[in-house]
Amino acid sequence: MQQSLDIALIGNPNTGKSTIFNGLTGMKQKISNYPGVTVERKVGRMTIDGTEHRVIDLPGTYSLNHKKVDEKITYQTLIGEFEHERSPDLAMVILDASNLDRNLYLATQVMDLGIPMIVVLNMMDIAEDRGLGVDPERISETLGVPVVPVVGKRRKDIEKLRQAVAGHDLSRPEPLRWQSDDAMNSAIEMITEKWLESYTDLPPQSHPIEALRLISDNQLSDAFKNHPDRGKADEIVAEARKLIENNGGNPSADEVLARYNFIEQCTDGQEDESAGEDTLTDKIDAVVTHKVAGPVIFVGILMVMFQAIFSWAEPFMNMIDLIFVQAGNWLSTTLPPGMLNDLLVEGVVAGLGGVVIFLPQIMFLFLFISILEGTGYMARAAFVMDGVMTKIGLHGRSVVPLISGFACAIPGIMATRTIDNWRDRFITIMVLPWMACSARLPVYALMIAAFIPDQTLLGFFGLQGLTFFGLYFFGIVMAVLAAVLIKQFFPTGEQTPFMMELPSYKMPKWSDVFKNMFERGWVFVTQAGKIIIAISIVLWFLASFPEVEVPQDVQQAQTTTETSFNAQTSPESYKLKNSYAGMLGQAMEPVIAPLGFDWKIGIGLITSFAAREVVVGTLNTIYSVEGDGEVVTLQQKLINDVDPETGEPVFTTLTALSLMIFFALAMQCMSTLAIVKRETNTWKWPIVMFVYMTAFAYLCSLLTFQVGTALGYG
Amino acid sequence: MSSLLSERTDPGTSRIKDISGPEAVRLMEMGLTPGRKIEVVRTAPMGFPIEIKVRGYLLSLRESEAKCITVE
Repeated sequence: MQQSLDIALIGNPNTGKSTIFNGLTGMKQKISNYPGVTVERKVGRMTIDGTEHRVIDLPGTYSLNHKKVDEKITYQTLIGEFEHERSPDLAMVILDASNLDRNLYLATQVMDLGIPMIVVLNMMDIAEDRGLGVDPERISETLGVPVVPVVGKRRKDIEKLRQAVAGHDLSRPEPLRWQSDDAMNSAIEMITEKWLESYTDLPPQSHPIEALRLISDNQLSDAFKNHPDRGKADEIVAEARKLIENNGGNPSADEVLARYNFIEQCTDGQEDESAGEDTLTDKIDAVVTHKVAGPVIFVGILMVMFQAIFSWAEPFMNMIDLIFVQAGNWLSTTLPPGMLNDLLVEGVVAGLGGVVIFLPQIMFLFLFISILEGTGYMARAAFVMDGVMTKIGLHGRSVVPLISGFACAIPGIMATRTIDNWRDRFITIMVLPWMACSARLPVYALMIAAFIPDQTLLGFFGLQGLTFFGLYFFGIVMAVLAAVLIKQFFPTGEQTPFMMELPSYKMPKWSDVFKNMFERGWVFVTQAGKIIIAISIVLWFLASFPEVEVPQDVQQAQTTTETSFNAQTSPESYKLKNSYAGMLGQAMEPVIAPLGFDWKIGIGLITSFAAREVVVGTLNTIYSVEGDGEVVTLQQKLINDVDPETGEPVFTTLTALSLMIFFALAMQCMSTLAIVKRETNTWKWPIVMFVYMTAFAYLCSLLTFQVGTALGYG
Repeated sequence: MSSLLSERTDPGTSRIKDISGPEAVRLMEMGLTPGRKIEVVRTAPMGFPIEIKVRGYLLSLRESEAKCITVE
């Protein structure tokens, strides 16, 4: 009978780690965020000979030196410091056999921790094709741990790994076998005894690597920044560094160099010569990273992708919409009328529909992203675009998420996961909702058709079209300005490390691609979905309560044909006006009046927090437009609406402009906030996003309306 | 003749002489150790980042990172 093990998968990025994880655990996986940080945590289960083991897929990392958050999590999980989880029973270190030197570096670090381990040489087929002469036995002898050569895509090789787990005697590797320098050894001992053992509660197996990190790091590492006795640590580390220096060594470099010297004993450093030339990758790269062809190809790919999330997803979205409308209708006629009926139909079903509607866009986008990542192209796109993007404080990898934002901010924000640097990812998330998403289109369309004159400028440019373009362009400009601004708040120098590997091209494993696609959809529905449904119910409540008696004269009134507007012409309109949402809208009027908005728009602003396009439906209700989506009628009613006191029209071209600018900038999308919460793993950032975007929207609308009025365009 | 990699971005091969600066440890961890052969494969449309080949794999570096590398 075998014991149940915790097995950690560790490896560099692009080593096929997730393919092996999927192969080992199949569908038995759970995805969540690590508490307090933005790194995703994947845990799966696999059964070997009736014993169930837990497999933890740790973030891909090049080093355990934990300068980056995902390295830190990997390291802390391995030493059993993370959230009081115990250290794994077995570490499976996955190496790219076609790129051994750099991959072995991480393996030597894991060895220092003394965790029982298996080295997996993945992509052996590629290494053999390139004639690299990888020798698993020699590596196994040098490292003193079992080494399993595999091709992770092959089912029988996954079986080999399962057997290696079953057959492992859980003996610990000899740590520090690469260490030859006496001065270095004494320095490690000194720090271990005088500092780590006496002043910290770090587990003993982490002491050697912790000591090395303190030696190579000129400043005392982050972990001890707030330590009460850090002055003491400073002294000891300085002393240890001095010891190495006096011996003619370089404390910052010696550890890394010693590890590479050790590694070269396993590999002969064979890659120096022409062996291992990857001619296919060279040929493809000559085209796709070409100075002229590269950007053109990238734009082409973006256009196809954009088309997919914008147009191809639409029939699916309409279908989902139809299904939920039908379900709502069925439910409302089947259940006895009353509050429960309303809650279920207008709160729960509508909220659920509002969640599921995003799935087509999310899945289409992630189909593309998984393919682009899986083939290795994504890194090239980032390489080509990085020059432009760093100018505005972003990363080459920010382009794909930002462009996706034109269709919908939600998949765009989820796509920022491909940016591995937190600062760049954070800024991209924060400015992304200013890309004009498709939910703004119905609002723009309604307002432009009603209030922007259908004229041409210079006999060629349609004024309405120009307004459309202007609004899109305005969003981009604001996003760029915001990116530059937010960057100022980050103290970490002018640039973050880029150092991006350009992996060899390969065919993606299609089952991994589709799995990733469904996984993203599932993460959205389960993790953002509950927030969205909760807010939907609150909004439903605001718009439906308190229940009021509709007066007799309103009940009898027919659709108005008068030109002067009377807001109380239908029972629905009357109810909405007297609901909490209506009261709020009216209470808001003094605040939004300087923007040119009246209470009716106020109600629209409240309900449009569910999603921007909802404002059209709300205005339909307020203006008692018969039937849903009668945009032409609504347009006419908006144009005809006059202020009962002054007799002036409520809407002018200027009001419409002010309103569109507000919609261009304000954060009116609970689903975006819900996904930002999920992706940043805190409520802080969605709240900041809501406040700063809405404040900017207010300011810009105010400016538009007031300056416009002063210039006599009112 | 040694110079900074950031000043020698024309495609071609050279040898790493020294690594210094803020990103030194990380660059060495990625396998850019003194004595290694390093090949500039190409540059991005705006001049940076550059694509280099080291220890048999491709890595892209921004200007600030290329400045940390002295080659001969």
